[in-house]
Amino acid sequence: MMMNMAAARPLTPQPTAPDAIVEIRGISKTYGADVEALRNIDLDLPRGKLTSLLGPSGCGKTTLLKIVAGLIPPSAGTVRVAGKLVEGPGPERAFVFQDFALMPWATVLRNVGFGLELRGVGRTEREATAHRYIAEVGLVGFEQKYPHELSGGMRQRVGLARALSVDAEVLLLDEPFSAVDEQNRRKFQEDLIRLRTTQNKTFIFVTHSIEEAVYLSDRIVLLSPRPGRISGIVEPNIDRSGNPDDIRRDQRYLDAVEEIWQGLRKYVE
Amino acid sequence: MANEVGTEREAFGLAPTATGQRTVAARFVDRPVVWRLLSIILFALIWEIAGRVPVSFAFPTFSATAVAFAEMMVSGELPKAYLSTLQPLILGIVLSTVLGVGLGILCGLWRPGEFMAIPIFIVLQAAPVAAFIPLVTFVYGIGIAAKTLAVMLLALPVIVLNSYKAVRNVNASLLDMCRSFLGSQRQAIMKIMLPDASPVIFAGLRLGVAAGFVGVVLAELLITPTGIGDLITFHRSRADYAEMYATIASIIALSTVTLIALQWAELRFLRPEKRSAAR
Repeated sequence: MMMNMAAARPLTPQPTAPDAIVEIRGISKTYGADVEALRNIDLDLPRGKLTSLLGPSGCGKTTLLKIVAGLIPPSAGTVRVAGKLVEGPGPERAFVFQDFALMPWATVLRNVGFGLELRGVGRTEREATAHRYIAEVGLVGFEQKYPHELSGGMRQRVGLARALSVDAEVLLLDEPFSAVDEQNRRKFQEDLIRLRTTQNKTFIFVTHSIEEAVYLSDRIVLLSPRPGRISGIVEPNIDRSGNPDDIRRDQRYLDAVEEIWQGLRKYVE
Repeated sequence: MANEVGTEREAFGLAPTATGQRTVAARFVDRPVVWRLLSIILFALIWEIAGRVPVSFAFPTFSATAVAFAEMMVSGELPKAYLSTLQPLILGIVLSTVLGVGLGILCGLWRPGEFMAIPIFIVLQAAPVAAFIPLVTFVYGIGIAAKTLAVMLLALPVIVLNSYKAVRNVNASLLDMCRSFLGSQRQAIMKIMLPDASPVIFAGLRLGVAAGFVGVVLAELLITPTGIGDLITFHRSRADYAEMYATIASIIALSTVTLIALQWAELRFLRPEKRSAAR
């Protein structure tokens, strides 16, 4: 019970945490005249950690992620990434899309290297990099396939490899597994834990799955329904160095899932 | 071995194995070329029979038409006519393609362009354009300009409208992806928008090219008796029906081959992933 309370204690985000790579200050977003998606969000995201934005549908979590990505301009407030003010997409951030956003006319190899292609990296160099990350996400042998020849899980691996290959410090993942079937999602989640140990990157992860958020995250930011506000921050503090299957039986995992459900339940009822 | 067994079974009055039959049949069914050839042969056969019945004294048989075609090719009559017809046709189609795709994309990207140009093309597409052709003669005379214009009048609207719609319906997520990976506006157009829009643009091009053939033949029948239009009129007036049909069939064949070539080019250069599916 003590631990539950500690886990669920809504921390006030420190305005100037020394290890913050993403600083969100006073972000609000209103669509059109009266649809208020986000209201006055203040949030720091620590470097090298995986932070999840978790909340029910329509809480503006994807909007917040896209504001950090520079794909949507906020109505008010600022975002700084590595100290730099966000005014649009930048090389220090890479996005993984919910619908994969793969070019159907391009092979896996070209899709993975596309971020580098847009930056004018020469063919041999970008293909070498693409090959490396295709191996990293476990798609060796599929380089010359087209997206329609791959399963949903494999397509998202291509999306992840593309984001990794531009070597951004911050990876922004917008519900990356929501269009992937359950079995592949679990495998992919395990692989993501492994990838985090080899890639020293900051992950920001949007999901509506409590289990997924707890399984993967160092820090979970709970958002309330529209207008989205921070309703709590949970740090599950789970040891992920061992067998990935053990995580789901870890008492801290189970407690955190229960805590978050109790916190979010009021929005559903 | 398998063959021997087959004959043995036949010798005993047994039916060949069902599996053997099915694989042969399946192999046949799997080849679209076989079916297409069969379709053409069947068509020629029905034509031949209809010509021999005869349906009308003005309806030649397939064989007579084929002979007339060969004679006209050898005598140089047909090549000469095509030399004259192809000039305004190719000119009109190339201009329509460049202008139409360009204008359509511009209208898709730029609102004022859309408001100014799209209504004109919607009206043009709805209008019975053949009615304009005497008007074209009135303004541009009877030269190549008038015929080229006739081709463009028919081809341009559908090309513009399809290109415009294609650009309007480009996958927004892919554009976001391009932007988030620091693609420029130009890269977004060249690397995302054009390939993504190409199936719809090419559907418009196919319709436009077919309409262009209609345009050039109409122009040659209505404006100036030259080229293919002249051949058709001339042979009709002399009751050389085999020659007339040969001319008509040849332009239909050319139009079909052009459309197939266009489709091949699209799959080859823009959408390689659809090649296996379309076959």
